[in-house]
Amino acid sequence: MSTIPGTLHTPNQVADRRAKAPHASMFTRMLLRAAVLRRRRAAAALLAMIVAAAVATAMMNLYVDVQAKLRTEFRNYGANVVIIGKDGQSLPADALAKVESAPGPGTKALAVPFSYAVARTKDGQSVVVVGTDFPRARQLNHWWKVSHWPDEPNQALIGMRAANAVSPNRQPFELTFQGKAIELTPAGMLQTGAGEDSRIYLDQSEFQNWTGVAPSTIEVAVNGTAAEVESFMRQLAQLLPSADIRPVRQIMEGEANVLNKTRATLYASSTLVVLTSALCVLATLMGWVFDRRRDFAIMKALGASERLVNGFFAAEAAAMGAVGAILGFFIGIGVAVWIGRANFHAPVVPRFSVFPYVFAGSVAVALISAILPITMLRRIQPAMILRGE
Amino acid sequence: MFPRIVYESFRHQARRKLLAGIAITLGVAVATAMIAVATDIGDKINRELRSYGANLLVTPQEDTLDVEVGGVNLKPPSDGAFLNEADLPKIRGTFWHNNIVGFSPMLPVTVKVGSGSAKDVTLIGTYFNKPLHFGKQDFTTGVRITHPWWKVTCGDGRLARPGRVEDSPASCGWPDDNSENILVGERLAAKLAKKSGDTLDVAGRQLTIFGILSTGAAEDDEIVAPLGLAQQILGKPGAVRRVYVSALTKPQDAFATQDPNTMTPEVRDRWYCSPYVQSIAYQLQEVIPHSHAEQIRQVAQNEGTVLSRIKGLMLLVTLAALFASALAVSAAMATAIFERRVEVGLMKALGAGNLAVSAIFFAEALLLALVGGIAGFSAGALLAHQIGRSIFNSQISIEPVLFPVILAIAVFVTFAGSAAAIRRAVKFDPVFALRGEG
Repeated sequence: MSTIPGTLHTPNQVADRRAKAPHASMFTRMLLRAAVLRRRRAAAALLAMIVAAAVATAMMNLYVDVQAKLRTEFRNYGANVVIIGKDGQSLPADALAKVESAPGPGTKALAVPFSYAVARTKDGQSVVVVGTDFPRARQLNHWWKVSHWPDEPNQALIGMRAANAVSPNRQPFELTFQGKAIELTPAGMLQTGAGEDSRIYLDQSEFQNWTGVAPSTIEVAVNGTAAEVESFMRQLAQLLPSADIRPVRQIMEGEANVLNKTRATLYASSTLVVLTSALCVLATLMGWVFDRRRDFAIMKALGASERLVNGFFAAEAAAMGAVGAILGFFIGIGVAVWIGRANFHAPVVPRFSVFPYVFAGSVAVALISAILPITMLRRIQPAMILRGE
Repeated sequence: MFPRIVYESFRHQARRKLLAGIAITLGVAVATAMIAVATDIGDKINRELRSYGANLLVTPQEDTLDVEVGGVNLKPPSDGAFLNEADLPKIRGTFWHNNIVGFSPMLPVTVKVGSGSAKDVTLIGTYFNKPLHFGKQDFTTGVRITHPWWKVTCGDGRLARPGRVEDSPASCGWPDDNSENILVGERLAAKLAKKSGDTLDVAGRQLTIFGILSTGAAEDDEIVAPLGLAQQILGKPGAVRRVYVSALTKPQDAFATQDPNTMTPEVRDRWYCSPYVQSIAYQLQEVIPHSHAEQIRQVAQNEGTVLSRIKGLMLLVTLAALFASALAVSAAMATAIFERRVEVGLMKALGAGNLAVSAIFFAEALLLALVGGIAGFSAGALLAHQIGRSIFNSQISIEPVLFPVILAIAVFVTFAGSAAAIRRAVKFDPVFALRGEG
């Protein structure tokens, strides 16, 4: 019998310790002693258990969280819902406030108003002028390449192509709308490669003072699953009966497509990884139980019933699975958080909801790995094992 | 003697060897499949990202401003410059023609619709699924490829089946590119109270509405027609206002955004031969005379980030998979060796040295690793193929160079997994082992 390091073993002390020790049953004592006496093998088996549980936790956590992370990433494509006044009418003045107050899924929806008018330059050329809220537009349309955002009154953001027409040398220019003139200074250039390049952007209040045109379009970026976005749109339709609420199909369908493929790939990979981890546990634990066939034989030789022996080994495996699952879970959460930081530059929220699955899975795999060798051993006479055959 | 011991060990302990072999096979299969998927995922997701539509826009160099508000085009129809339709097939002659998924020309024309109270509506001429050829290449292109979110519904609300082009007005679908059939945007159709199969008076012509188009954008208020028809209405044969090009590109980096005119010839060649969106734009300008090609930043700028996120994620998952399979293989090997201490004891009692005993175990491990590696590689290739087919509807190719790499990794991991167990087995006192005390 080996000893526990650091304890003294005079008969009195041993008797004293035993008397003071909590009265553990034979069953728990056997379990604990087995783990202590063969701590190297037990540690190896437990380590496999922990690593497998950690990998499984990290994969499940990522699988749940990555979709939300990618959705946020996809919001960089801009608005996925557009609100337009019916038949080209302006939207009611409180429309923007209503959209913002609508309880959207997850983070608050970002709503940007746009109003349009066709003005004339000095040489009589038509140009589309848009009134908007610059800080919001900047937040919504990350892909806009802007040399300098307007920050002073009467400054305008000019599309690349519009600039060549109205203000090729960046000098102040004049626009007229229904006889009313306005003098504007170009603050910066806007480049998008699409229709925006032919337009001139103004601050909404200045635009409205000049033209009297109120916003006719609100572009909304709302973060959530397809069903969540749809229910958000239904709410908007109730809040704004005079407006047309439309999904931006290009953005919604592109996102759904890429997200579905990524999710499916991630699902397949996670399954493979979790299965491999389970295999690792199976191999190690089977070895650990098989290795203890002499304990098994001695127990049987001393008259232990089949049920007791099976129960003992099952309890041992289950305990190992449980401890491994708990330790592995926290390590796995740490790995998932690290991956979130490294890949998405945003923290991954620990999903404690995956814990029951990891726990149940670990215990189940551990039980299977214990029961398999036991059923094999059951057919062998204890005497044969004890003789070392 | 040595080969005989190894041979007999495999013959008599077939079950144990099988267990270790299965562990190696499964581990290698998972590793192979994951590496294959991870190396191919960038290309696959890049193709999926094309469902966001065109990422390049080609316009005439000397064009006047677009004046378009809410789907109504206020620009005088013959104002400004045009591109020549005959130049378009040359897009397939650029250096990166294999990366160009498709293109669609657009020609907006303002037309009067309806006989009574005539109303100004924008009609867009485009390709739906037009067969073209450049040199020896035959290909089809059009909005079906560059605008995959466009949906056409028939009179009874049925979605037009993809890939079906029919001429009979009674049935429905996407119009033929040479026909005089049109698609009407869903909101315009509701305003005009028209459904598919009806005829519509467009600029004095009686045209058949072949389907109702839903795009979720300005086209919902417009009419979409074959390009040839729009050119006839405008009276400018061969005219195209702009071309949308959908291309597979490499995420841009600092090198991509440099000005090609300031580069040295070698650097410029390298830039020219990288599929950046900027270099493809440059090449499009070269083949289409008097054109200006520009990336559509909304699509082009974002695909790089999405792509790199997904690639990074798959790389990390692959590392996790490799780690887990390495662990499983070592665990299985360690267990298999640990069970054979008695054998080691016997060999040592008969006078075998530590080296000889280790050599036997390593030879067995090598054999297992090779067999398991080959079986695992084939199984992994099959698995990757299956994943590619069921998720991406396309082949995931496995580089042949992967085979020796995987085999080497399998041997290395098997050795590493066995090493500690072999060391312990060799060190174990033969007397205890033979007495069965372990």
